[in-house]
Amino acid sequence: MAQSTSRRDFLKMAATAGGGLVLGFNWFSAKAEMPSVVSKTVLAAGKAEFNSFLTISSDNIITIFSPNPELGQNIKTSFPMVVAEELDADWKTVSVVQAALDTKKFQRQVTGGSGAVPHSWMILRKAGATARAMLVEAASKRWNVPLSECSASDGFVIHSTSGKKLNYGELAEEASKLAVPSDVKLKDRKDFKLIGKALRNVENKNIITGKPMFGLDFHREGMLLAMIQRPEGFGMKVKSVDAAAAKAMPGIIDVVTFKNKVAVVGKSTWQINKARKALKIEYEKEGNIESSADHDKIFAELLNSDKAQVRRMEGDVESAFKNAAKVIKSEYQCPFLPHNPMEPMNFFAHVREDGVELAGPTQTPDSARKGVARLLNISEDKVTVEITRLGGGFGRRLMTDYVLEAAELSSIIKAPVKVIWTREDDMAGGSYRPSVRYRFEAALDASGNMVGYKLRGAGINAGNPTRENNFPSGAVDHLLIDSIEHKSPITTAPWRAPITNFLGYAEQAFLDEVAEAAKNDPIEFRLGLLEKAKTSPAGAVRYDIDRMIGVIKLAAEKSGWGTKKDVSQGFSVYFSHASYVAQVADVLVKAGKPVIQKIYAAVDCGEVINLSGARQQVMGGIVDGLGHAMYGNLTFKNGVPDQNNYNKYRLIRMKEVPEVDVFFVNNGISPTGLGEPALPPTGGAVANAIFKASGKRLKNQPFILEEPYAKAKSV
Amino acid sequence: MANYKLQINGRTYQADVEPDTPLLWVLRDDFGLVGTKYGCGIGACGACTVHLNGQAIRSCTLPVAAVGTQKVVTIEGLSQNGDHPVQKAWDEVDVAQCGYCQAGQIMTAAAFLKNTPKPTADQIDNAMHANICRCGAYHRIKEAVKLASTKA
Repeated sequence: MAQSTSRRDFLKMAATAGGGLVLGFNWFSAKAEMPSVVSKTVLAAGKAEFNSFLTISSDNIITIFSPNPELGQNIKTSFPMVVAEELDADWKTVSVVQAALDTKKFQRQVTGGSGAVPHSWMILRKAGATARAMLVEAASKRWNVPLSECSASDGFVIHSTSGKKLNYGELAEEASKLAVPSDVKLKDRKDFKLIGKALRNVENKNIITGKPMFGLDFHREGMLLAMIQRPEGFGMKVKSVDAAAAKAMPGIIDVVTFKNKVAVVGKSTWQINKARKALKIEYEKEGNIESSADHDKIFAELLNSDKAQVRRMEGDVESAFKNAAKVIKSEYQCPFLPHNPMEPMNFFAHVREDGVELAGPTQTPDSARKGVARLLNISEDKVTVEITRLGGGFGRRLMTDYVLEAAELSSIIKAPVKVIWTREDDMAGGSYRPSVRYRFEAALDASGNMVGYKLRGAGINAGNPTRENNFPSGAVDHLLIDSIEHKSPITTAPWRAPITNFLGYAEQAFLDEVAEAAKNDPIEFRLGLLEKAKTSPAGAVRYDIDRMIGVIKLAAEKSGWGTKKDVSQGFSVYFSHASYVAQVADVLVKAGKPVIQKIYAAVDCGEVINLSGARQQVMGGIVDGLGHAMYGNLTFKNGVPDQNNYNKYRLIRMKEVPEVDVFFVNNGISPTGLGEPALPPTGGAVANAIFKASGKRLKNQPFILEEPYAKAKSV
Repeated sequence: MANYKLQINGRTYQADVEPDTPLLWVLRDDFGLVGTKYGCGIGACGACTVHLNGQAIRSCTLPVAAVGTQKVVTIEGLSQNGDHPVQKAWDEVDVAQCGYCQAGQIMTAAAFLKNTPKPTADQIDNAMHANICRCGAYHRIKEAVKLASTKA
C-alpha cells in the first residue's frame, strides 16, 4: 500500500536523486491547471515555480504532495488516489507528502466546508494523465515504435505487439525532457482501477505505531512550553494578576500577561499546569454576563420581534395562512456545543528577528499566517507554517486565536514556545456551535398540501441561522424565511456542517409533524413537494430535485420503509455541501425507553473516490450527529460554562452506537462534499422514529433531557 | 524533584521530576514517547492508555511515584514492527480517521484480548466503552477488535 513520507525525507530524496520526472502542477490556481516539468536542479535549489509536485524518480518511487490539512477526512489518501488513477501508477510505489503552506501558489489550502475534493477533482486528474502521456511517449521514442502501440498499466508502459515493458522509473528521465502536452485524454470511469475502491489510509502505519504526527507531538530543540489562563467566563476581563506564587514554583521560567491572558512559561507540562493553578487573578465585568436562563428569554423575544431580516419570500404568505384548512406551528432549540477534538488546541511559534516559524494543527494555515503577519506587523512572506496532522478539527481549527496567542507570547518572551490548552481550556474556551431557536409554521389546504411555510431563525452569534434556499423552498407557493440575531460575549465558530447540523434536524422533524397533520406518509409527503418543485416551482430551486428523489427512494428501498412490523422507522433527507443524504432510523422501545437499533444512509456525493474513507465519513458523521443530538449540551451560569471536561460533558461512546448501513448512489457525477453532509439528517431520522415508537416529539437538544428519556424541561 | 528509574518497553529510562507528575507527561515530555496521548487529564477518555504489568491503565492520572519497578508498555513498545495482532487488525480494517485516540484504543484492546482471547460482541462493547473516539470510528474499532481476536 501507499505510504506517507515526511517532507524532510522527500526534499532530501529530491535533492540527491539522480534523475527523474518532476512534474509541477498547481492544484489550486484556476489559471494554471496544466502541469509543467520542473528540473531537479531547480527543485533542489528550492527555486521551483510550482509547489505541488508529482515526481517519479529513476528508482521508480512516485511521490505526490497533498496540500490540504488532514484531520481525519482522509484527504491525504484520496487526493493521491485520483492522481495515481490517471497516471496508471502502481499504488504500492506511491508515497505521499504533506505540503507546507504556500499562499502565493495555492488557492484553497483549507480543510472546511467539504470542498477540497470538488475543487481539485479535475486538476488532479489532468496532472496524472499528463504524466502518463509523457511516459508513454518516452517509451515509444525509446523503442522507436508508433505511439498507438504503447499503453500504460500498473506502473509500466507496455508495447502491445512485442510485449516489451518498462517501469515508470526507467522512463522518468527521458519523459522529463519531452514537451508537456497541452491537452490529454482523461480515463473513462468504467476503466477506473483505484477510484471507487476501498484503499487503506496512507498514515495507518504511523498511527498504529504511535509516531509523532500531531501538533502536540511537535518538538524543537530549546522549545519552551506554556499554558494560558484566560478569563473564566465570557464578558469578563482580567483586572489584576498576582503571579508571585506561580513564579516561585519549580521549573517556571516566566509569567506574562497580555490581552486578558496570563501565560505561564516553563519546560514541563506538569509544572506549568500546577503553577498556573497558583495564579491569583481578579476579573471584572467587560460585557454582558449571560446565563442559559437569559438565553431562553432572549429567544422568546427574538421570535416575536418585528426586526428580523427577510431571507426569502414567495407569494402571499399572510393570505395563505389566513385561508389555511390547518396550521401547524412548532419550535425547536439547540444548545451551544464545544467542538471537542480529541487533540486540544495547541501551536508552536518562534518569532525571530528575521522571521516567524509556526507549526501545528490548523484547518486554515493561510488565515493563521495572515493573522500573525498582521499581529506582528511584518510581511506575510516572513512567516512559515508547517501543517501537522490534526487530532480532529470539526471547525474549531478554522479559528486562529490559538495560533495568534502562541505567536504573541513568543514575541514577548523572545523564545520558541508551544502553547498547550488543557481539555478544560478547550471546552471552556469559546468558539462554540451557536445556540439557535427556530419557529416553523406550515399552512395546509383542505387536501393536505403544504401551501404556506414560515421559518424564523433566532440565533446567538449565529449569523444567518437559516439556509433559505434549501428544500422546501421552491416547493411551497407562499413562503417566508427570516432571521434575527442576539450578539453575545460567548464566542461562536463554524461547527461540522455549520448551521445545518441543527437546522437539518429541526426542519426534517417539523416536516414529519406536517406530514402527520396532512395524514400523509413522510416519504410520500416529501416526494409530493419535490414533484411540485419540479412541475411548478415557487421561485428559484437551488438543489437538484432528481438527486434528492434518488436518495429518498434508495433509503426507502434499503430500509424496507413501510414493510417492517417489529420496529418504528423515522425518515429524513438533507442537502448540504452539494451532496444529498437520506436516512432512515429503526427504533425499538425497551423498558420504556427508545433504543436506536439501526440507521440506513443513502448518499449521493457523486463519484466516490475511496470507498473506505467515504464510508468512514458517513458512519462518523452519523455517529457525530446522533451523539450530539442525544447528549451534547453546554450551558452557562454567569458567563461561565457549566461543563468543562468529559466527566460533565457527555460524548457518545461505543455501546450507544447503533448499527449503520451506508449505500452510495453510483451516478458518476463529479464528486461533491462528504465530510459534513451525512451529519445534518441524523437527528431528524432519529427523532421521527422515536415519535413513531413513543408518541413523543423531540423538539430540543439534547434529547436525553427530553421526554421520553426524561421529564421534559420547559424552555 | 526526585529521580525515577522506569522500566518502559523493555528499557530503563531515568527522569528527574516531581513525584506527583503523571506518567503521561513523563513519557511525553521527558522520554519523547509521544505516541501516548493527552485527551482529558482526568482518566475519562482513554487516549493516554498504556500497560502497567500487562493491564490497561490511564497514564494521565497515575503519578510517576506510584510506578516503581512495574513494567510499562506504550504504543511504541507494543510490538517491534507494528505487527501486534491488534495493530495489524487496525490497519486491515482501516480504523483511523484523525487517529489521535487510536493508540489508546489499541492499548485498551490489546490488554483486553490478552485476558479475554475469544470475546463476545458485548464483551468488546464493555471493554472499549470507556475510550472516546470523537470521529465516531466505533464500528470499525469493534470490527478490528473482533478481527484481532482471530489473529492472536
